[in-house]
Amino acid sequence: MQAGSGKGDVQMKTHAIKLLKRLAAAVLFAPVLAMASTAMHLDKAPVSTDQQKLQRGAELFIKYCLNCHSASMVRYSELKKLGFDEKKITEELIYSGGKIGDLMTIAMTRDDAEAWFGTAPPDLSLMARAKGSEFGSGADYLYTYLRGFYKDENRPTGWNNKVFDNVGMPHALWDLQGEQPAEKYDEDVADLVSFMVWMGEPDSGSRKKIGIFVIIFLAGFYVLTHKLGKTYWKNTH
Amino acid sequence: MSDHKQDCDCERRNLLIATSAVGGVAVAAAAVPFVASLAPSERAKAIGAPVIVDIGKLAPGEKTVVKWRGKPVWILRRTPEMLASLKAAEEKLSDPGSEKSDQPDYTKTPTRAIKDEYLVAIGICTHLGCSPSDKLKTGNAEGMAADWAGGFLCPCHGSLFDLAGRVFKSQPAPTNLEIPPHRYLSDTSIIIGEDSNDSKGA
Amino acid sequence: MAANSSFQKYQSDGSRLGNLLEWFDARFPLTSMWKTHMSEYYAPKNFNFWYFFGVISLLVLVIQFVTGIFLVMHYKPDGTLNASGIPIAFASVEYIMRDVPGGWLIRYMHSTGASAFFIAIYLHMFRGMLYGSYRKPRELIWVTGVVIFLCLMAIAFMGYLLPWGQMSYWGAQVIINLFSAIPLVGEGLSTLIRGDFVVSDATLNRFFAFHVCAVPLVLLGLVVMHVLALHEVGSNNPDGVEIKKFKDEKGIPLDSVPFHPQYTIGHDLPACVIFLILFFGVAFFLPEMGGYFLEYNNFLPADPMKTPAHLAPVWYFTPFYSMLRAMVWNFFWIDAKFWGVVSMGGGVVILAFLPWLDRSPAKSIRYRGPIFKTLLTIFVIGFVILGYLGTKAPGYYFFGYTPSEGFNPLNILLSGDIHTRLFTFYYFLFFLTMPYWSKIDKCKPVPERVTSK
Repeated sequence: MQAGSGKGDVQMKTHAIKLLKRLAAAVLFAPVLAMASTAMHLDKAPVSTDQQKLQRGAELFIKYCLNCHSASMVRYSELKKLGFDEKKITEELIYSGGKIGDLMTIAMTRDDAEAWFGTAPPDLSLMARAKGSEFGSGADYLYTYLRGFYKDENRPTGWNNKVFDNVGMPHALWDLQGEQPAEKYDEDVADLVSFMVWMGEPDSGSRKKIGIFVIIFLAGFYVLTHKLGKTYWKNTH
Repeated sequence: MSDHKQDCDCERRNLLIATSAVGGVAVAAAAVPFVASLAPSERAKAIGAPVIVDIGKLAPGEKTVVKWRGKPVWILRRTPEMLASLKAAEEKLSDPGSEKSDQPDYTKTPTRAIKDEYLVAIGICTHLGCSPSDKLKTGNAEGMAADWAGGFLCPCHGSLFDLAGRVFKSQPAPTNLEIPPHRYLSDTSIIIGEDSNDSKGA
Repeated sequence: MAANSSFQKYQSDGSRLGNLLEWFDARFPLTSMWKTHMSEYYAPKNFNFWYFFGVISLLVLVIQFVTGIFLVMHYKPDGTLNASGIPIAFASVEYIMRDVPGGWLIRYMHSTGASAFFIAIYLHMFRGMLYGSYRKPRELIWVTGVVIFLCLMAIAFMGYLLPWGQMSYWGAQVIINLFSAIPLVGEGLSTLIRGDFVVSDATLNRFFAFHVCAVPLVLLGLVVMHVLALHEVGSNNPDGVEIKKFKDEKGIPLDSVPFHPQYTIGHDLPACVIFLILFFGVAFFLPEMGGYFLEYNNFLPADPMKTPAHLAPVWYFTPFYSMLRAMVWNFFWIDAKFWGVVSMGGGVVILAFLPWLDRSPAKSIRYRGPIFKTLLTIFVIGFVILGYLGTKAPGYYFFGYTPSEGFNPLNILLSGDIHTRLFTFYYFLFFLTMPYWSKIDKCKPVPERVTSK
């Protein structure tokens, strides 16, 4: 490791650093679950927290998903956090004629759903959080899944999916996809997925905001306690 | 502790005061989510949302009860005789002007109502929370005194109220029955829990 | 230290508060308790970083109790389905997260606290191994500590069922089924634990009772015992020497400082604040911790008809879970499953024998020889690898390696299964051979008195 072999050294170093980084990543980020036999390629979802996009996502969700899938842990009143006003929610978003404080349930019972579809469509309140895996976030999964439908004669619904083989759900967004170019459809799906991420934890925005204050406060408190603590050890040798 | 007196350690004392103060703030802040969690949840609020009542079918002299925030809300359609009895009762009441009682300002009238005909009141005795029974008929028809002019009797401790929910003198109940915020949506429907100024009704 | 009765009772300075205190102290050992355990508990003056984790464990215990009590106010242990087909228990957790004001923070504190508890406890135990804190006369402190660890595992396991998600459900199913491996009584025992033929509402309700009431009571008693035992014999220190050998004229050890305020305020308070920064950093910004603290599949409600593709316990169980999976051979005509259970349980129980397995003349690693240092390093690395492999499915290979056809040394070198067996074997070997190697190890001379600070 003398001056002569400097270049090789640097190369070795970068190699070593790369390897170390990969090791660290493997240990730290390899998620606990779903060591599936085949790797799944997921597209990165452009998740947004922009109110306009989330509002659009909410409208799409209510129009296309909330007929068969419930979001039974979410209240319509939560949508106020996306900037909708109460009048808009009660008059345009609640199809069932319910009240603003109602949960986003559906009229179809589970038994009926099972009889019609084979399995009851799952509740979507938390789906964006549940679908995380070592291959990507739950949002990535949903984004890839909703853009991954292809025609398949062998399926009773006529549809199959790239990431969910032999999926029970038909391509529910077909109408939406049919009428516009692919990039526009991707954008719609991105809005829908963003909404589903938001719906998984509507308070996550305020959580992070409060968190910053708490950490700053505690950091200041640490300085005080550290200084105070030192005074007790001044005379101990 | 007190044994630092001889070597007045001012730095430590100041830091101790500062740390205690900031620590106190920290503890108070930490208590916030816990205390907040005791307050009514979104579900409780949804269940306690304003209620719309159809009063079109209510006959004069008849009373209907609806549930709002889990409490009975009375809607009594008063006859002209009933309204007349209110004026007569005034000198026997403990708070005839409803000065000490709970009600929205727009019901602080002699009849305690937006429209004189309809009394809307929470049917919970202001003494200890029982629900008074109807004694709407005059005289001793329902086991009351001969000069009874109609009103309500609380079965728990015997408080007497007139037909505007006002408590009589020398009764256990300290104030008149509470009037909830409410508003007329039309001539035949009332929304309870919401008034014109405050759409949330809290 | 001196017996309680030798402390002077509190004497009023004539003020109203003083009079009240005097009245109280005459009827309750307030002064003596304060002095015995706080202001006149003399601790070695050379505590270092490793000595934070006892107090931090206690802080987490308080956090778990307080948040737990508030969660119980809203949580419903009910496995039946609501109108939307969601189990009521699962829905009630989301009710806390969404509908209860501040509920999300309380829940995240509790879920983060569970992992924080194990981090603190593992480091606390490691400290004991570094400095020989379990050695005579502190055997009982160590043994109660191991029982506390066991209790904690029980609490964590039963608490994990309560959200009634997929991982809750199937994790409980698998772990309870372990008991069925016990010869003769096993099958009946696991049915008795569940109260049903599968994990069901009955299981959920009894686990709730144990999680919020029975085990915390036992745990609290054990923690008191742990601290009382410690204060009876006095603390060990990084030098592993007894400070009581050298005392001043008042009988106070020369190398000691009073626990309060020098350690409480001067040492532990800033450490607790640092801990809280990390704790709230996770609770506010990374509550799922990439699927390690809150597993993704647990956001799906329990479905008794469908097992998740890969099942792994939460990270703090995984070293012992690996030991369970390491046993794949049938011994003495008994199923490998049973030996797996023995190995997992034995992995915890063997810790309790440490005080009698260690025969080294020196307590602290500072004066112990190369054999101990080497073996302990491998032990720690092995334990971490066991933990990592416990999160992986069987048949895992390191670094995404795919085994090749025919003989290839990499097939063995990178096999997770081989490492699981190897390090499980090492784990037990480390303890079982300790009486031998700890005796022959070349220790350095131990000083009479503590060295640094």
